[in-house]
Amino acid sequence: MQDFSEAFGLAASLILGFDADLGEIIVLSLRVSLSAVLLAALIGFPLGALTAVLSFPGRQAIAVLMNALMGLPPVVVGLLVYMALSRAGPLGWMNLLYTPMAMIIAQTILVTPIIAALSRQVMEDMHREYDEQFRSLCIPTRRVMTALIWDSRYSLLTVALAGFGRAIAEVGAVIIVGGNIDHLTRVMTTAIALETSKGNLALALALGFVLLILALSVNAAVYSLRASAKRLSYA
Amino acid sequence: MPSAKTTSLLPLEVSSLSYRVDQETLLDNIDLSVDSPGISVIMGANGAGKSLLLRIVHGLLEAHSGAIYWHGVAMAETLRRRQALVFQKPVLMRRSVAANIDFVLRPMGGQYRQRRDELLHQAGLQHKRNQPARLLSGGEQQKLALARALATEPEVLLLDEPCASIDSASTLQIENLLHDTRQRGVKIILVTHDIGQARRLADDVIFMHRGRILEHRPAASFFDSPSSPEGQAYLDGRIVV
Repeated sequence: MQDFSEAFGLAASLILGFDADLGEIIVLSLRVSLSAVLLAALIGFPLGALTAVLSFPGRQAIAVLMNALMGLPPVVVGLLVYMALSRAGPLGWMNLLYTPMAMIIAQTILVTPIIAALSRQVMEDMHREYDEQFRSLCIPTRRVMTALIWDSRYSLLTVALAGFGRAIAEVGAVIIVGGNIDHLTRVMTTAIALETSKGNLALALALGFVLLILALSVNAAVYSLRASAKRLSYA
Repeated sequence: MPSAKTTSLLPLEVSSLSYRVDQETLLDNIDLSVDSPGISVIMGANGAGKSLLLRIVHGLLEAHSGAIYWHGVAMAETLRRRQALVFQKPVLMRRSVAANIDFVLRPMGGQYRQRRDELLHQAGLQHKRNQPARLLSGGEQQKLALARALATEPEVLLLDEPCASIDSASTLQIENLLHDTRQRGVKIILVTHDIGQARRLADDVIFMHRGRILEHRPAASFFDSPSSPEGQAYLDGRIVV
């Protein structure tokens, strides 16, 4: 029990003292996960809009596939990206294994289906409302898609947040393709796993707190943004 | 401001048009010819098929049988571009009042901001240009929907009960806008079951009952002496089934 309270005390001092190692890990975590979410949004939003707007044979099958891919196990994604990026793999020449870029790629693959599937649902509902008006105005498909993305921007922010939550919290993919190398590819989740196994609970706990605070504050920010959007009838 | 013009989309010819849903015939072998400018009002009780007919002539729904020709050309998207439809329940985008008009005007290029301000001024909404469109009152929303429809500079303006459940001040403003639009040579086809409004606006009346057109006559003659018992009952305010 004393170990525990000691760990809490140490964790607090690490956070409040702006520990350099801790800061480095947090910054890298944010850089990797935010980049992955940004890339996933760039792919996922248009993909979601496209499947919400177009009706073509197999559309339902694609929707089911996108929903199924939301549950991709991170370790499997990590393994596949590892195989692709390893020396013998098709992308081995890029020398990306054990770099932050490899981690960004793995998390992008993990998050894109989440963003695509959730944004499709959001935009499909909106499309149902706008469809007749847009057809009356003869709006071309591309403009319909951009209009849906823009008009559902506040809901899509929540979608991106769901993707961010997945990315920042996962450990399986980044530990395989990043390797948890100190000062290079160590992020919060991999550090927590390592420090816990080493018995260094203070650092693990400090990182855990930061992870929680981060999740809470991002959620609070998006919630208040959504609330004000709703008040203005933009959501 | 577009100059006065006479639409080249007329006449509208509808022949043997039928529309069914689950074996129920909602429009039954309709023949219609609209060739006069001005305001044609489609009247009839709820469920007569007025809104359905409007959507079909605009090409939003496909009839099961029959044909629609605008100036001898079968209905197609190129013709829909020259028309605009205002829905009973306005569909406004989650943007500001001005942005709702800009959405239509911007692709047309040119000095669209000036044109947008003109349209908002006509609709009496200039002072609300930066407000979220979906926070406007029902009447204001409908005026914005009408202004947006006019932004497309349609040759034919179709309206589906635009004044149902809105305040009388807004109704008056909308009717004035429709008068001005008519003066500019735009053909207007208006669905309403407000007899007062039909009297104020109609040049000719198309009276529908249970999916069929029973009368299509100049407004004065319809209101003076409807030839069908259903038309007479409707004007008398009796329930027509």
